[in-house]
Amino acid sequence: MTRISMTVDGVTYDDDVEPRTLLVHHLRERLGKVGTVVGCDTTNCGSCTVLLGGRGVKSCSVLAVQADGMDVTTVEGLAGADGELHPVQRAFHETHALQCGYCTPGMIMAAVDLLSENPDPTDDEVREGLEGNLCRCTGYQNIVQAVRDAATSMRAGTAATVDAPAQASPAAQTQGVTT
Amino acid sequence: MIPAAFDYTRPTDLGAAVQALADAGEDAKVIAGGQSLMPMLRMRFAAPTMLVDLGGVAELRGVRDDGEALVIGAMTTHDEILRDPLIQQHAPLIAQATATVADRQVRHLGTFGGSLAHADPAGDLPSVATALEATFEIAGAGGRRSVPASEFFVDYLTTVLEPGEVLTSIRVPKLPGWSTHYEKFSRVAQAWALVGVAVAVHRSNGTVADARVALTNMASKPVRARAVEDALSGASATEESLASASAHAADDAEPSSDPWASADYRRHLATVLTRRALHAAGAA
Repeated sequence: MTRISMTVDGVTYDDDVEPRTLLVHHLRERLGKVGTVVGCDTTNCGSCTVLLGGRGVKSCSVLAVQADGMDVTTVEGLAGADGELHPVQRAFHETHALQCGYCTPGMIMAAVDLLSENPDPTDDEVREGLEGNLCRCTGYQNIVQAVRDAATSMRAGTAATVDAPAQASPAAQTQGVTT
Repeated sequence: MIPAAFDYTRPTDLGAAVQALADAGEDAKVIAGGQSLMPMLRMRFAAPTMLVDLGGVAELRGVRDDGEALVIGAMTTHDEILRDPLIQQHAPLIAQATATVADRQVRHLGTFGGSLAHADPAGDLPSVATALEATFEIAGAGGRRSVPASEFFVDYLTTVLEPGEVLTSIRVPKLPGWSTHYEKFSRVAQAWALVGVAVAVHRSNGTVADARVALTNMASKPVRARAVEDALSGASATEESLASASAHAADDAEPSSDPWASADYRRHLATVLTRRALHAAGAA
């Protein structure tokens, strides 16, 4: 057993794990984060995508011990404390960007990762950015639309924060832009 | 699936990593980004008794300018390679090929050195390193050694790395005045290359002064298309020269047949992709 400490969706967990434990199994079976699903188990499908240190990874292809000391965000950590959906979640809902829904957690996390780097992707850039995520229902059209809608709404949100009232302190503005 | 049980250690410097490997013996395995090893562990194609994780060894990470060459730390991730200004400036072939490796998630964790040490014949980076005539820096309990790309790759998933040895960095000579290109053909998005071609060309006064062509997945390890290189050397930089030279792309290759492509189809692809790569690199 190896002692690890990991912050998942804002909460720090200390656990003893077997070194062979996959991150996805640790998240699901130890921490109860069952929103992250196992799809293919072969590093192909991307259903298990989470953010590790802020960047998208396939949690079936990382050992829990490798994530020791790191920050993990799962699909369960995206919504606000009041339950308000993340813009990407909301766009998937409103655009009906799913059929069976199994790939959705991974698609959403991969989209969040992509938009953090490219806030205004073209259709092609979305498709390329999500190439590591497979939808077995082949419902890609609405997924691409959802990611673009989310990008639009996130840019509007950022702009609104930047254009915040003049009385807002510089620190508050900076914080608004980076979060 | 769940991997077979193993012990795990995460040293924070190279000396400790080499020591851990030496202590654990032949059944130990290095894990870098894990993006090739983890699937093999899960399917139990590999069952090491000890994993030595290099993720904590900071000295193995990053790209530095060493005058006539770049020195790329083995643990530099694909994602870091793609963002590195030195790579863009002095080794754009590496960036171009790396952008085609797997997907974003895999590129966030997978490493340059890990891909090379894994030595999958369908991997893109071994042929790129071969075309660039990179040198592999290796550390082990017995000391350090340098191995040229032409000797590093031995066979399918096999390199000169001995048990207990660690690939620490890859020295990539800058090629001022050369142009390069990587051309790859896959069945579907994200699939491994059926065939890939890495070329580097140096033109001078309307002729091809020097050319290097290295092939992906045309043998059990990267192979130089010497017949193409010889045919091009000193040839006039014309489309006709490229076409006639490219016809020899598979002369030195020993491609395999698999459910996705026959050996003959791979030979055909090699000639076509070599011509395209040379053209894109500006050899004519």
